[in-house]
Amino acid sequence: MSDAAALREPWPDLQRQREGVTVGIWLFIASEVLFFGALFLGYTVYRTLYPEAFRIAAAETNVLYGSVNLLLLLTSSAAMTIAVDASQQEKRRTTLVCLGLTMLLGTGFLLVKGLEYSDDIAKGLFPGPHFPLQPPQTQLFWAFYWVMTGVHAIHLATGIGVVGVFAFILWRRLLPLGSPAIVGVATYWHFVDTVWIILFPLLYLVDRS
Amino acid sequence: MTDAVIGDVAAETPPPSYLGAGHTLLSWLTTTDHKRIAILYAISITFFFFIGGIAIALVRLELMTPQGLFLTSDAYNRLFSLHGIIMVWFFLVPSIPATMGNFLLPLMIGANDVAFPRLNLLSWYLYVLGAAFTIYTLISGGVDTGWTFYAPFSTNYATGYVIAAAAGVFVVGFSSIATGVNFIATAHMLRAPGMTWFRLPLFVWAMYTVSLVMVLATPVLAMSLLLVVVERGFGLPIFDATRGGDPILFQHLFWFYSHPAVYIMILPAMGVVSEVIPCFARRTIFGYTFMVYALIAIAVISFMVWGHHMFVAGQSPLANLVFSFLSFIVAVPSAIKVFNWTATLHRGQITFEAPMLYALGFVGLFTIGGLTGLFLASVPIDIHATDSYFVIAHFHFVMVGGTVSAYMAGLHFWWPKITGRMYSEAWARFAAITTFLGFNATFMPQFVMGWNGMPRRYHHYPDIFQAWHVMSSVGALILAVAYVLPLVYFGWSLLYGRRAPANPWNATGLEWQTSSPPPKENFHRIPRIHAGPYRYHASDRLPMADDRTPVRPQGETP
Repeated sequence: MSDAAALREPWPDLQRQREGVTVGIWLFIASEVLFFGALFLGYTVYRTLYPEAFRIAAAETNVLYGSVNLLLLLTSSAAMTIAVDASQQEKRRTTLVCLGLTMLLGTGFLLVKGLEYSDDIAKGLFPGPHFPLQPPQTQLFWAFYWVMTGVHAIHLATGIGVVGVFAFILWRRLLPLGSPAIVGVATYWHFVDTVWIILFPLLYLVDRS
Repeated sequence: MTDAVIGDVAAETPPPSYLGAGHTLLSWLTTTDHKRIAILYAISITFFFFIGGIAIALVRLELMTPQGLFLTSDAYNRLFSLHGIIMVWFFLVPSIPATMGNFLLPLMIGANDVAFPRLNLLSWYLYVLGAAFTIYTLISGGVDTGWTFYAPFSTNYATGYVIAAAAGVFVVGFSSIATGVNFIATAHMLRAPGMTWFRLPLFVWAMYTVSLVMVLATPVLAMSLLLVVVERGFGLPIFDATRGGDPILFQHLFWFYSHPAVYIMILPAMGVVSEVIPCFARRTIFGYTFMVYALIAIAVISFMVWGHHMFVAGQSPLANLVFSFLSFIVAVPSAIKVFNWTATLHRGQITFEAPMLYALGFVGLFTIGGLTGLFLASVPIDIHATDSYFVIAHFHFVMVGGTVSAYMAGLHFWWPKITGRMYSEAWARFAAITTFLGFNATFMPQFVMGWNGMPRRYHHYPDIFQAWHVMSSVGALILAVAYVLPLVYFGWSLLYGRRAPANPWNATGLEWQTSSPPPKENFHRIPRIHAGPYRYHASDRLPMADDRTPVRPQGETP
């Protein structure tokens, strides 16, 4: 398939378009970093103010679920990297299989996260009047736990959707394999993975040794 | 910029304009043409400008007497909150970038379109979605938090539709981020051959710097509003002091966005004025490079001054001192710009067309707004003036006297380019002067009563302030007339206006070298740029072919 099919207005050539997509996606990621940055700031402020409460609260997180999820996401990023390389070498089947694998591992993450959420709720770890832990500042940790993992899960679900649509487009040959769009999709996926790499120690490894 | 380009365009038959490229409603709603998206934005923000205007007109009417006229205190709170939310996020933030920026950025750098045309259309739909939440808030009864959504009032006590209002602002924020990403990528990747960074018009630099601020500040607003929503909607204690949370954290997050947001609103205005003043003074802009560095400096420093909104919120004295100092520093590049606009006028052959009247109004009003900002950056004076009408007057001088004046200047300046029609110059000049007078009549009295102790957001007030409030309300009426007038003569111009030539003002920017209105693809072929955008001096007017200086940028083949 020719490169011309992947070229879009207003780009003069495919190389330039690829650079443009790279610039665009990294600008978007800069924006996302500040979006999560506000959360990290709040977390840091409260953990500095209430280290003891954060230690008590974080002991209740389930490090097994967190670690399994870390493994799933790291593997998914590896699959995504292979997909990008395969697409640039015009290896169609490998690309599609690896994109599918990426989605599968991402979905696995969401399933494990769902199991973990139901465990947490069963233990009453959603902040409110009957919260099981003391002092009250432990609820701050759990508030951040829910917001951080929730916002991350929404990002991941969006990522799965984007990868799915993109894989479908490649499968139906609506875009050629060499389309620069894959750079954008992959960079976003790796970003969502990276956020989990940061969330994991913040939520699961506080004072655990 | 090159005579060769002008020659080429003239030699061939003109292609149909972007307006003629499709006439159905669907062709507009599915367009990816940056010029049409600019028009979609212009219609939407004009609608919100008048909704926000009606809200504040009712407020000003209510304030005619110390006991109020017809509003309950709750309705009063909801009206000024609505005014703030709509004017900031649905008018001022998108005003110049989403309309003129969208229309002109590709034209000024010699590109066919912005980098991501479909993302550009998506940004408008995000705006519409955010607008839908806001209209829902309005219809279902409004919100009473003010535009700042301060916790714990917004999270625990407010009675209005806080979640819907916050959702509207959250969504419209992503529309600004999309626009910002698009503009930065466009400025980096799609400049025409020979369009080096220091040949960019200052308007493009303003769009570039404002986009950086949009991309890096808006997400923090989004997160702070999301945190308010999860606390209010799900009871998660983020800012709840009874469980150790800190409401001041919300203010830090909010102002980390909202102070740069002030510069999101003013940087584009500076860009517009930097185009208009050289054209009508027939002078090259004074100190071009300094103007560029001043824009960059303002964008960078804008991220470090947010604490001056919190001098009385319990910050440490050290933090107050640092933020006060940095707030004084940000005045330096702003002052450089004012001096350079003034120096551009020096020995110019000034004519007073409507865009120039608005632009000169901008310079004066922005200077007053900026200088009173220095009063407020000083901690002891700010403690006296906090939450008074002095603050209201200060930021309206910058936001309305500054940004809205510049928006009007730009709208009049580029109207012939955008629509292909001329408007009534006499009426436009009348409206420009009325705006200036009405604006001063509205906000000068607010400085005085604010300094004398009239607090903002109060519905009832002591009798001694009545004279000032009446003056201000009468001024608001004049201002309202001045804002409705353009709607009339611009509407008239669309139907009956004289056809505009390609370059009615004899301006030298690249956008004036294509036809009015421009063809769908902007230029017949991508132009080659040999010089900067401001070429108003006699020595610059030599045909480019005679210019023997080696101006070709690196890597370009002759």
